[in-house]
Amino acid sequence: MRSVAVIGAALAGLSAARALRDQGFQGRLTIIGAESHRPYDRPPLSKNFLLGTIGPADLALAEESELAELDAEWLLGQTVSHLSPGLGALELADGRRLRCDGAVIATGATPRSLPGAEFLAGVHVLRTLDDAVALRADLVQGSPRVVVVGAGFIGAEVAASCAALGLHVTIVEAAPLPLAPVLGQEMAAHCLGLHADHGVRLLCGVGVGGLLGQGRVTGVELADGRRLPADVVVVGIGVRPSTGWLHGSGLPLDNGVSCDAGGVTRLPNVIAVGDVANLAGRRVEHWTNAAEQPTVAVANLLAGRTLHTGRSAPYFWSDQYGVRIQFAGHTRPGDEVRIAEGEPDSRSFLAVYEREGRTVAALALNRAKPFTRIRRALAAV
Amino acid sequence: MIAVCRLDELPPGEAVRLLADVPVAVFNVDGELYAIDDTCSHQDASLAEGYLEGCFVECPLHAASFDLRTGRPTCLPAKKPVRTHRVSVADGVIYLHRPAEQGVA
Repeated sequence: MRSVAVIGAALAGLSAARALRDQGFQGRLTIIGAESHRPYDRPPLSKNFLLGTIGPADLALAEESELAELDAEWLLGQTVSHLSPGLGALELADGRRLRCDGAVIATGATPRSLPGAEFLAGVHVLRTLDDAVALRADLVQGSPRVVVVGAGFIGAEVAASCAALGLHVTIVEAAPLPLAPVLGQEMAAHCLGLHADHGVRLLCGVGVGGLLGQGRVTGVELADGRRLPADVVVVGIGVRPSTGWLHGSGLPLDNGVSCDAGGVTRLPNVIAVGDVANLAGRRVEHWTNAAEQPTVAVANLLAGRTLHTGRSAPYFWSDQYGVRIQFAGHTRPGDEVRIAEGEPDSRSFLAVYEREGRTVAALALNRAKPFTRIRRALAAV
Repeated sequence: MIAVCRLDELPPGEAVRLLADVPVAVFNVDGELYAIDDTCSHQDASLAEGYLEGCFVECPLHAASFDLRTGRPTCLPAKKPVRTHRVSVADGVIYLHRPAEQGVA
């Protein structure tokens, strides 16, 4: 393999580029990123960056010296319009063509929004650094009333950051009990309780009917007709894998780029990594996956076939209101949940999920140390 | 010097976090004491809450690993070292030497 193009320059793309060099690839490496920024870390965007305690420079995923060592050509602020893996070529949106024997698809995911959001100032999503800069600018203008749509982790973290900024925040969530599909009902309720602890109103089981305002948002109308005044609306209702540019490439797409368990697509010279990759029917949107899974996929790319299928237990964390939530493993309805340490009502506890006597998952609120022990044991399974 | 705790309050395999000018973590590795800055150089996490394996501590958030002897990270995502500090024991009490007493590292 003489030339590899990495399409996507965030954590998964950078991790893949590092893995290529670490695993001995000495050919031409091109990294193409839609954003104009060098690779940066997204998790702090909803937390410290929104609070203004860190700036863009603190987000860099790699030092300049390390990027130089990768000896790659960086095409930033560029998108790929067409990939022809069979021909070993791709075409950029500006019409330029590149030869590549191998391709790494790392284009991530795009936030869903609400109908009409594109016509109203003050309505935000949060995925990129530019999104975060725009949102922060709106949040520090006077004392805006904020409505967050969606009580998942992004919505919850944004709400917590807004509360820390002293703003009046309401969260609107269509599901009756968000987080329950992952954490189970009881533990989801404990995590959601953090909002009320900190004076943030959470309305569950009600959808959004529409956005109000002309030119600038003035409120949110709920599906039941209620109206919530809002100067800033943040939409956190999930993401869609960024695969639109792959239509016509011949690669099977199904909730992401369809791959085997090793990250290899139907073509052995094309792999997918991070949020955009659907590995044997499972797509994961977590930081740790984007950091680790590329190592395995790149090994398969360089081998020319699937030799490895590294699967660690999914792990994610979330920081809300000064509480660190950590979760690892897979839960199913019917798993037994047991409090192993602490008290749920004190918002500091460790819960383990058990199935047929085996630990299958763990949830911690401000209990990092015992959580890590269980997480490592899960990874070894 | 700052008194950290009694030596018998820090058994092997355990760590304690104390607030000096910055938070510092003190570890007992099979009877050897080590002190490093407590905050992971990668992101806001307490290394005293990390997973201790020999002379290495794994950050509880992203599994970055640091060598307690040097403060150097041994793997990504951490890229910057954390500072190490001198500790000593007198009359069964662990003392942390202030960074100012360390001279030039």
